[in-house]
Parts: sequence; structure tokens; C-alpha cells
Amino acid sequence: MTEIAGKKRALTFQELLFTLQRFWADRGCVLQQPYDVEVGAGTMSPDTFLRVLGPKPVRIAYAQPSRRPADGRYGENPNRLFRHTQLQVILKPPPVRIQEMYLESLVAIGIDLKEHDIKFEEDNWEWPVGGAWGVGWQVMLDGLEITQFTYFQQCGGMDLDPICGEITYGLERIAGFLQDVDSIYDIVWAVEPDTGRKVTYGEMRLAEEEQFSAYSFDYADVGRLWEHLNSYEAECLGLLSQVKDFGEMDVLKLKRFPVLGAYELALKCSHLFNLLDARGAISVTERVGVMARIRTLVVGVAKAYAAQGERVSELAS
Amino acid sequence: MADFLFEIGLEEVPARMIAGAQAELEQRVVKILERERLMRSGAGTKSFATPRRLAVWVEGVAEQQEDVAEELVGPSVKVAYKDGVATPAAVAFAKKAGVEVAALKTITNAKGEYLAATLVKAGREAAEVIAAEMPKELAGIYWAKNMYWRAGRPERFVRPVRWMVAMLGEKTVPVEFGGYVAGSVTYGHRVLFGEKEIVLKAPGDYEDALLGGFVIADVEVRRQRIRKALDKVTRAGDLKGSGLRWREDHELVDKLTQLTEWPSVLMGGFEKEYLALPEEVLVTVMRDHQNYFAVEDKSGKLAPHFLAVLNTEADEAGVAVIRHGNERVLRARFNDARFFWEFDQRVPLNERCMLLENVTFQKDLGSYAVKTGKVRKAAAALAGRVVERGLEVDVLALDHAARLAKADLTAELVKEFTELQGVVGGLYARAQGFPAAVGDAIYDQYKPESMEDGVPRTTEGALLAIADKADTIAGMFGLGLEPTGSKDPFALRRAANGIVKILAETKVTLPLKLDEIAEMGSYDAAVVAKMRGFFAERLEFYLKEARGQAYDVVKAALAAGASDVRDAVARAEAVTAVRGSDDFVAVSSAFKRMKNILSQAREKGISAARGVDAALLTEPTERALADRSAELADRVYTLRAEKSYRAALEEIATLRPQVDAFFEAVMVMAPDEAVRANRLALLEKVLGDFSGIADFSEIVIAG
Repeated sequence: MTEIAGKKRALTFQELLFTLQRFWADRGCVLQQPYDVEVGAGTMSPDTFLRVLGPKPVRIAYAQPSRRPADGRYGENPNRLFRHTQLQVILKPPPVRIQEMYLESLVAIGIDLKEHDIKFEEDNWEWPVGGAWGVGWQVMLDGLEITQFTYFQQCGGMDLDPICGEITYGLERIAGFLQDVDSIYDIVWAVEPDTGRKVTYGEMRLAEEEQFSAYSFDYADVGRLWEHLNSYEAECLGLLSQVKDFGEMDVLKLKRFPVLGAYELALKCSHLFNLLDARGAISVTERVGVMARIRTLVVGVAKAYAAQGERVSELAS
Repeated sequence: MADFLFEIGLEEVPARMIAGAQAELEQRVVKILERERLMRSGAGTKSFATPRRLAVWVEGVAEQQEDVAEELVGPSVKVAYKDGVATPAAVAFAKKAGVEVAALKTITNAKGEYLAATLVKAGREAAEVIAAEMPKELAGIYWAKNMYWRAGRPERFVRPVRWMVAMLGEKTVPVEFGGYVAGSVTYGHRVLFGEKEIVLKAPGDYEDALLGGFVIADVEVRRQRIRKALDKVTRAGDLKGSGLRWREDHELVDKLTQLTEWPSVLMGGFEKEYLALPEEVLVTVMRDHQNYFAVEDKSGKLAPHFLAVLNTEADEAGVAVIRHGNERVLRARFNDARFFWEFDQRVPLNERCMLLENVTFQKDLGSYAVKTGKVRKAAAALAGRVVERGLEVDVLALDHAARLAKADLTAELVKEFTELQGVVGGLYARAQGFPAAVGDAIYDQYKPESMEDGVPRTTEGALLAIADKADTIAGMFGLGLEPTGSKDPFALRRAANGIVKILAETKVTLPLKLDEIAEMGSYDAAVVAKMRGFFAERLEFYLKEARGQAYDVVKAALAAGASDVRDAVARAEAVTAVRGSDDFVAVSSAFKRMKNILSQAREKGISAARGVDAALLTEPTERALADRSAELADRVYTLRAEKSYRAALEEIATLRPQVDAFFEAVMVMAPDEAVRANRLALLEKVLGDFSGIADFSEIVIAG
């Protein structure tokens, strides 16, 4: 880390995370832990994908490791990762000053706005497999995209009401910027206070990048990945097939019906698809078909979740 | 009278939508004020826009509508009174007019004496009218993409509204929209001025007050400020006197004008080693991914610098920090590009062709390997045609290029920078030792991508581009996927526009007709017919949009042939050149008359004779027309054959005295059947002889 004389020391990776979490906790967000199923983006965690549905207000924040097997570079590229960490903030409905609050969060992590160039450039977000999209911006800080800011509009093909503000910080990017390092692996993750020893991002994660790139590009057994995909899909479909019986379930049975379990199964399928894709095992012709299969699961879960919520509140009133 | 100001404050509006919305808001405000008689015609208006606001100022708006008197006419006096007593008709009219029967007056008009009443519609206050009308207009603004933003509300808008200003003179107008009521408070630059309020005293304060808040509201002023700063910073950065210049890029200047409220410019640099990457790659990274301007030296070669437009103004230390950040990002982007470039070279284009089996072009049309096969065939057929007609083509290079054209779709660099497809293939072909003719054709295959874009540089490139585009159109049409209305998901209009533009603008004339190209890509007669119509429509578009020809001239020219593009352009231009002359106008309207007479005769089942019989030409004027036009026809045919269209048209215009005299003295629909049929035949012949350049009856004559 470069320490410019007279300047405040840049935050370590974990201090950056602490500061942002504290910032949003102070503004009413419940801090959730990362979701423990593989996802390709923070948006796919049920804390976003399912909580944005329905009328209930939500303020939640969590750091979410996101895995994109095809983006792996065996740890050789200083800017690309197979797994990176997003800080996801969900505000439903979005407060009027949401943009100003976001800018204040940048100040909180040591960015003097007057010393930098900030632009909100149109960048709309879309996850077709989840029937989800929103309009928004990429926030550019001195030419670097540090945040995706989205007004979530639809999820599972359903209009959201109220809509939801979603702020996704790319933590590695921001840490690299704050610490002014050219490689992600040089980011200081933490400093031991007694010895002053710096623990770097590379020390913590490089082995993972190397091995998981190799796994997803070279080792993963294609036949078995397909088997997993088929079997998770079958189980998810089995659950979804029972959604039509919601009307006959008593409230207890309905509340306990594992829509959340079905979602995990759908996410597993999505990740397996990404692995197969990285492995080069999905031909372009197949691609559309497999994506449609996963879309059936993901959108099916969103609809089931909404139906379950509505039916439970009907029965309760 | 007072000036009117309206401003709507929004979270950052997408840059691409601002100019359209600015114009639309101005037009909608003017529409209200004119319709409501609050604005005098010719009053000054001005509109403003930044990423966070759209505003309109109108000079001298009336604060109150004038009362309007309206005369209502009722029943005739005869009907209204029987024996001096008001009839039910009179009573009903008085009720309708809202007055007593006694208050009705009597007027005399052309038909006689009638009851009447004068109604006075009281003028409303401007503020009231504006407050009532404005919300509808705001809700009606068109946005390419919009959002729901308030809970429980069905309304959609481009981005959340944050404030509104509406002032008529010093008073605010309570326009309500999106949960806000307009007032006199606006806001400045997000960072440089913060969330402090700017209170406006009067509409005229707007620009100055915003300047104080670090916002340049006038788009043009902002654009000029950016251009000047680009010049100045480039000059200042040119320490070794190598004549640095920023590369002109109107679109990027526009975009940055719409991305900033208080722009400034800085110059950054990058390591010279990156200049080893192709210029196209470097420029795409800078322009498309970072919004940076490229910098070149005196010889036009890319220099290791870039220009970034900031939405802020920093002191020297601040600029150093921002420059450092921008350079860091660019270096990372260049590193990625270099990584892909080197990675891609491991698999040569020849091998990549095989991989195209796995890349779908369209699900019903198969892979890009299939498409490649079809394009090769079409390109060879087109080449055969033009070679027959004496144009030189490197047939081998063309086939090579067609075979390799899509190979770069499998390259990582293209996956990362899709806008570089074709370009990357061309560069790889060159790097892998293929002849320049092959590389250039691959490089140019997608050209022109727009009306402004250039056409392929070589004949081989032009033929490949035409074959590829025609194949796509034929394939999609074959599946019934024609563009409809504003929907053109496969960009088929752009493809057809491209073909037209290539035929019209290549350096060496390509002896190919649109009809032939339509036949090339398909054997299905129905598809060929649809393609012909589609091409003719695109040629019409090209003549109007790219060549600025009037719609009637275009129609006239196309009626005489819509397949030979260069010829149609030349004929349309010739018509435009002569259309102003009195003689030409007279001849055109005479031709229109002839056409009408013939079609009316046809409708009545009266037919013309097979040919003109000189013996039956009884009147001297018709003999004169026949003689003179026969004489002219020879000359016009010769001029047409030489493509001296303007001269030919000028000749035709000399027919005026004879046509004028003919219509003055001769009745075409003569009672004698033989004379009549002969006269109709004469008109048919005149029209036939002189409509080969354009159908003049389509020309709209002013006045």
C-alpha cells in the first residue's frame, strides 16, 4: 500500500467492508451474512431476489461473494477474478435522498468528493433468467466503475410495487482504488496491529483463484455436472409442482412449504450451468434451451414465493 | 406580461435521451401557451438541459387570458316568434345561450333575419391554466426507457423527479407532478455546490443563478466550453512541440456535454508500449469504454495520451489525483486488451472457421458456418456479374475473405469489444500473413454501419459486405421476420440501407442492380419480390435522408426505375436542378393533365389507338405537338443514353409552347371515336417518350 505523507492511510479491505456495513447499518439496514450457496451476483441472493417481491419494506445489506467461473484467469490477470465480493444494499422503497446517501457512503470510506470526478452514467441491469430488470447507472469515479446503482423494476416477471433501490459496490475495485494498487492481489486485506504485518488479498485468495480456474476450465467432469444439473432441476420442479395446492393448505403447512429450498436448488442449477459453460460444454444451440430450463425454475420460485406470501397474509387476516 | 420559466429536476437522465426530451418539453410548453392564447406568436423561447434538469423559458407570457366574445346564431325570426310571442324554439335557444329571451338580439345575414346572442367567455389566469395543463404534458413526454418510481402509482418516468420550478414573473405557478409542487427553488451541482437551495427571484435569473451553483444550463455553451478546453489542454500538454491534436469526435463531445453540468478537461498519458496494439483497439477502449478522446501527433499517428472530460473543476492537486485514477483504469483496460490479443493469436483464423459450427447465427438459419457457405456463394455470383461487365475483381481474395469473415466471432477480443467484430478479423488476417485484399475486405465487411459511416474501401470489400447483408435479409425474410413499424430487431433496414449506400458511393462504380442482389440470396420468388420492395423503400429513404431530395422528386425519379441506385441518384438530382424553371413546371403540370385524361378514359373503357396515325391529326396544334415531340424524343433518348439527364430534362422543358397550345386548342375527348383514340395515343406516346428519367406527374407544383 502506498502511504502518501500527510494523507490518511487508505482503508484495508476489511476496514472498507466494516465502514460500509456500519454506514448502512446506521441508516437502518439489517446486516445479513453472505448467502452460502454459489451465486453469480449479489442480486441472486434470496435477500435481494425474493425480498424485493411484495409490499413489505426492506432495508438490508450484505457482502456477497459472487462466482463467475468463466471469468477466472488462473490468478494471472491482475483485474479479473472468478470470485469477487459485492456489497449489496437493498432499500425498499428507496428513500428520496438515496443518491445523496450513497455519495455520503463514499465520503465515509475516505473519498473526498471535491477531489474526484463522479458521474452517473446510464447502465440498466437485467437478469433475463430471473425475469428481473431495472434501470439505473454505473457510478464512475475518476473513470472507474465502482458501483452499479439500480432501481429494480421487475422480478420473476412481476412488476414490483413498491420498487426497490439496489446499490452494489464492487469491493475489490474500490479497495484497489483507495489503496492505489495495480493488482487486486496486492490489496491489503488486514494489518496485524502488533506486528504491523500486512495480509494481502493474494495471500488470502490467490490459491483459490488458481485452483478454481483450473477446476472450471480443465478438471470439472462434464458428464457429472450434467447429472447434478438434471437432478437438482428435477427436485426443484418436484417442489414447484406442489405450488398449485397452496389453496388447500392450512396456514402452518403453507408457511412451512419450502419455497426457499426450491430457490437453493434453482441457484445450484444456475451455477452448474455457469460451470458447464466455462468448461466449454454447452454449444450455442443448447445454450438457449438450458437457459430456458433454469428460467422456468427461477421465475417459478419467484411466483411461488409471491403466492405464498399473499396467501399467508390472506389466511392471517 | 411576464416571462415564464419551468424546470424539472431529475436524477441523472441518460445522456442519449436528453436532447430529445429538451426539445419535446419546449414544444409542449409552447403548445399549451399558444393554444391557451397566452403567448404571442414570435415570442422568444429558450430551453436548457443538463443531466439533472430540463428547463424552458418563454418571453412575455400573458398573465391572464383575454375574454373572448363568441356570437351564437339561433333560429330565424320567423320561426322564433308567432304573433309576437316567443315560440319554444326561441326559448330553447335563449336557454342554450344562458340569457333571457328578451336579451336576444336580431341579426341579418345572407339567409334573412335571425336571433343571436353574444357570449363572453371569461379569460382565466395563466397560472391556473398552466397548473392544469402542465402535468399532462409532462406525463406525455416520450422516453426510450422509463421506470415506475412511486409506490402504488401507475405513472412511469425516465428517472425520479426531485424538484420543479414554475414561475410566471416573480410568482410561482403551483404545477403538481410526481408528488412535487413547483416552486422557485432549484439546485446546483451535486458535488461543487451540494444540496443548498438556490432561490430564484424571477425567470430571467435562471442561467446566472445556476452558474453561481456551478451549473451551465445552456447545452451549447457547455459544448463550446468542452471543445475549447479540449483544444487548450491538448496544446498545453504538447511539451515537445509534436503538434498534438485531439481526435475530433462529435458524438463523444455530445455525449459528454450531456454527462456534465460543469465540465473541465484533463490530459492523461499511458505507456508507449501499448501503442504496439492496433490503433482501433486502443481507440475503442478509450472512446467506447472510458469516454476518452484519443490524441494524435502531427502525422495523424496515435500519441500515448488521452483526454478525459470531468464533471467538476479541481485545483492542480485535485487534477493530479483524478488523472492518476483515470490512468490507472486505462492501463488495466489496455492490459486486458493486450491479454486477449495475444491469447487470440494462438488459434489462427483458419482454425477458427471450424469453430463457427458451434456459433449460432439464427436458430432456424443455423450456424455461422452455414452462413459463411451461403455468403461465399453469393459473393462469387456477384463477382461473376461485375467481372462480366468489365470490372476487375480479385476473385480469389474475395472468396478467401468470405470464408474467414466471421472467424473473429470466436476471438476473445471480439467477445470483450463486440463493436470491433470484422475489424479484429481484418487485423488478425493481416497479422497472419494474408494478402491485404483479404484483410481489408474482412475489416470492412460490416461497413457502412450507419448513414454517416464510410463504405468499404475496395471492390472485394464492397462485394463481401453486400453479399453478407443480402444473405441476412434473405434469410430473415424467408422466415417471415421482416421489420415492422419501429421494430427491426435484426437491423435489416440498416443492412439494406448499407447495400444502397455501397452501390451509390463506392469509389469504383459497381455495375450491380438492387433487383439482381435481391435475386442473389434466395431462389424463393415471394422472398425476392419482398426484397425488391424493401430495397426500393430503402433507396427512397437514402435519396431523402442522405441526398436531401424532396419527396415528390424521389417519387418521380423512382417511378422511372428503382433498381439502379447510381442512376436513380443522378435522375433525382437532375430533376431537382431543373424543377424551378417555369417551362419545366408548365410541362410537368401538362404531363399530369395528360396522365389524368388517360386514366379517366381508361376508367370509362375508352382506349387509345395502337399507334399515332398522322392522317388523323386534324388540328394544327396537335400536329405541332406530334412533330415537335418526335423530334425531341430522338435527342432525349441520346442524352439519356449518355446519362446527361439534366440536359435531357432541359430539352423536354422546351416542349412547353406545343403542350400549352395543344391543351388550349384541342379537345382530347373528341366525339369522333377514331380522332379521340388517336389523340389518346398521342398523349400516351408523349408520356412514354419523356418519362424515362422521372415521372413528372409526381412533381408537386407550389402555389
